[in-house]
Formats: sequence, C-alpha cells, structure tokens
Amino acid sequence: MQCKVRTPGLNNPVGAEKIPLPTLSLTRMGNERVLATYNRSHIQPFNAPMSLRTPLYPLSVDLNARFTDFAGWEMPVQYSGIKQEHQAVRGQAGMFDISHMGKFTLQGKAVLAQLQKLVPSYLGKLPVGQAQYTVLLNPQGGIIDDLIIYNQGTTADGSERVTIIVNAATTDKDKDWLLAHLDPATLTFKDLSRDLALIAIQGPTAIATLQPFITEDLGTVARFGHIQGTVLGQPAFLARTGYTGEDGFEVMVSPAVGQTLWQKLLDAGVEPCGLGARDTLRLEAAMALYGQDITDETTPLEAALGWLVHLDDVTDCMGRDRLMTQKATGLERKLVGLQMTGRAIARHDYPVLHDGKPVGQVTSGTLSPTLGYPVALAYVPAALAKVGQTLAVEIRGQAHPAQVVKRPFYRRPS
Amino acid sequence: MALEYPDNLQYLDTHEYARLDEDEEIVTVGLSAFAIDQLGDIVFLELPEVGDTVEKGEKFGTIESVKAVEDLKSPISGEVLSRNDILLGEPEQIADDPYGDGWLLKIKPDDLEDLDDAMSAEDYRDQVEGM
Repeated sequence: MQCKVRTPGLNNPVGAEKIPLPTLSLTRMGNERVLATYNRSHIQPFNAPMSLRTPLYPLSVDLNARFTDFAGWEMPVQYSGIKQEHQAVRGQAGMFDISHMGKFTLQGKAVLAQLQKLVPSYLGKLPVGQAQYTVLLNPQGGIIDDLIIYNQGTTADGSERVTIIVNAATTDKDKDWLLAHLDPATLTFKDLSRDLALIAIQGPTAIATLQPFITEDLGTVARFGHIQGTVLGQPAFLARTGYTGEDGFEVMVSPAVGQTLWQKLLDAGVEPCGLGARDTLRLEAAMALYGQDITDETTPLEAALGWLVHLDDVTDCMGRDRLMTQKATGLERKLVGLQMTGRAIARHDYPVLHDGKPVGQVTSGTLSPTLGYPVALAYVPAALAKVGQTLAVEIRGQAHPAQVVKRPFYRRPS
Repeated sequence: MALEYPDNLQYLDTHEYARLDEDEEIVTVGLSAFAIDQLGDIVFLELPEVGDTVEKGEKFGTIESVKAVEDLKSPISGEVLSRNDILLGEPEQIADDPYGDGWLLKIKPDDLEDLDDAMSAEDYRDQVEGM
C-alpha cells in the first residue's frame, strides 16, 4: 500500500514528514495528516521538531492511544477505535482532549463592539452567559476562521470580559488578526492556549455523568450558555457547546484539574475519543471543518452558514460588501450534503460531476458510522444544490452516483 | 494484541503478503495484520475482476478505513484466478483473519522469481516494528 498524499491544506504542519518504510505512509485525515506510527509514537522521533503536548497527553499514552501530529500538537487520533468511540458518543458519553484549541480572553472597553467589526454575526444583543458561533472574515468575505465568542459580562469597573475559542491550526493567525484590528490601548488580550486544559464531554448521558464533579446545576445552563463554575472544588469555565451534534459541555480548567477530571470521567465510564471520531461525528452533524469545508476562499453564505450572517443588524463589518453583493446577485456555488448511492466513499478533494463534467468538489467525506452509508460535504453550482438533485462523485477515475440531501445527515433525537 | 507474522508468507514493504501454495501454482495475496491494525476499522475494498491481470509492484485495488485510503500493490505478476467476494460485501471482516479468510486475491503467477524481492516474516517484522 502506498498512499496518496492529498495536497496538504494550509493547516497541515510541515514538520510531519514521511518516515521511509515501517510506516503506513501519510494519509489525509480530516485536515490532519495521519502519520501512521506503530505504538511507539509517544517517543519523540530522532531529529523531529518538538511537538506540543497537552496536559492530558500522559493519560492518553496510558490508554494506548495512537497519536498524530495536528497543527504542531501531538494529539490522540484514536483510543479503542473510531467506530466504537463514535458510537459511544451517539449512545452514551465520550470525552475529547481538545486542549490544543486556541483560547483567548479579552477584557476592556467595548470589547464586543470592537469584535463586531470583524464578524458578520450581530453581537449587540448577545446576552451575558451566552455564546455566538461565528466566523472571522477577511475583506473579501472569506473565512479566516470559525470560532465561538463567549460573553462573560461586565466587571465592576465597566470592562467587558469575553472568551474566544478558535481552531488549533489557526491560533497564531487569528491572534495576529485580532491584535491588528482591536485597539490594544483599550483592552487586555491574553492567549491561554498553552496554559489550560480543555475537555469536551459529549453524548446523551454526558451531562448526567459530569454533574457529580460540578458544584453548579448544569441543567440550568442553556444550549450555548456558559458559566464560571466549580469543578472538583476548583474554578472552571463550563460551556454547553460542542462539535459532535450531541448535547454536552466543554470544560476549561487548570492542567492539574483537567487531569483529575479526565481520570474521574474515565472511571465513570466515559469513552475517551480521539480526533478520528471527532471528525466523523462533526461530519454527520454537517459541522464545518476549517481548512476543508471553509477556508479563506469561501464566504459564510457559500458555506451554508447564512444563519450566522446578520447583515440587517451588522451595518459595518469586515467582508460585508462581498456578502451584500452575494445576497443581491446570488451565489455561484453552495456547500451541500451528499449521500452516495453505492458503497464507495467520497473523500476530500474528489471531483463532483454532473452529466459527466466536473462541476464541484468534495470537501469532507466519510462512511457515516451511524447511518451506514457514505456522506459528504461538497461545493456545487447553486443551480445544482437543491435537495434531491442527482450528481456523481469521481472516485479513482469512475463516476459514482450521489444525491443532494438535507443537512445535517444526522440529528439527535430530541 | 500481539500481531502475527506467519513464517510461510513473504511480505512487501507496502504490507501485502504472498503465500505460495504447495504445488507452487497459485499465490494467495492479502494484507498483513500489522497494516490492518494500523488502518483501523476497514470500511471499503476494491479488487480486480477474475481474469484480470495484475503486475508486480502495481496497484491492483484499494482498501479504505474510516479515515484512510490506501492502494493495494501486487507482489507478483499474473492472472486473477479468484477474489474474495465475501470480503467485498463485508470488508470489516478482513481484520478477523487477515492470513486466512481475510485473503484478497488468488493469482496464477507468470514467474515465481517475482517473489525473490519480497521479505521474509522476520525481515518484515523487524522493519515494521523498527526494533
């Protein structure tokens, strides 16, 4: 077997080079490159650039996880196996070490008003204790990153406090962008990306399993709500957000508390899950992956993120002109959900065909573990984006039929 | 789980194995337990038709796990006598018995010397385990 290394996206680290023989070669995995190693991957390869490790890294080594280099971080890609982990999150509860994600805190004057210039979602009515999923836009309306802005309210002296969580691969880019466009004289910007542990606990039993370790009543926190709470007697940031399509929390704590919480959740039967299951879960829920489904070249309107674009309320923000033009003249392409008719799996970068001609591109694809058939996200011309439209995906030189279907592919039973 | 490296097989550095039958007329081709373990849950398999020819060192099919797509390469040139159709329908079963029921192709070889370049079980194991 020799692998095809697909063109690495901008997220792909340069450091992870192919080791000659014993590895299974490099393979695309989401927007990660999987350097298949062989159970010794926790040993730093000779001469390899030092990679970053999260506070939970030693606990994942103890669990015999397999690791991959992801945006310079040595991250667990799987523990027991992607399917088993995936099913645990859909059926009970799973937890993910996402400590590699970018974590910023901002405090100062008119922080939300300053951020408003950079995102197309209206922040003016974002309640304290609520969060907004949104995108940073470049002047052309392309997406610099997707992120969550958590409004933590105002201190006694009138300064606003905001926490922002961003993708690991884009942390430095986002930080540069924010620092260049916010007024440093009026706010304090802290990058806590390497200082804190972040654990996502997701699944139908996630909250019940997490509750015993939390002082506050998690049931009172709304979807996309968040609190400054108490985990194992220690301060913690708790947010009812996630990237799996299930209910659950993301818990940001000190490294030591993170390690203890991870172990306690493990003892309580929560399945440890790696980046592999994280990718299949988010794809079933049709959540975009930065670097693949959304990039500097795609606008939120094209990416089916129109629901977070509030141009009526946001009268001035980066990229607004482009979005207004797209609204007025219509979109040339749209991100759609595809269901493959046969068994062949559409993958990132495969061409989408209509009447035998290439018309678009798959951005993410997998065999859906929950549904049992292959699903994909793809950009296609707007005229071919209606649910029910028949298309094809070119897989290793052959056209395989596909149909445009509703997103998400999977929705949790309410 | 300790992985097996049966002595009666020859291996490619791309992880396919070849097993010559006793009459030296048929070569069974499969994928090593090490490779299957590394790939994780196998979800899709493509194999040539019976009667097709395969070339030594050339791609004859595809194996996919949840995350990875990998080419399958032939250790020997020859004609495909049979292929494992059960596995095409239920590719995940390859992991249950990679060296038995998890075989991929049976090939009528053009020239057995093709296998001279393949590795012994011991050499292959040393390479993949890197000890």
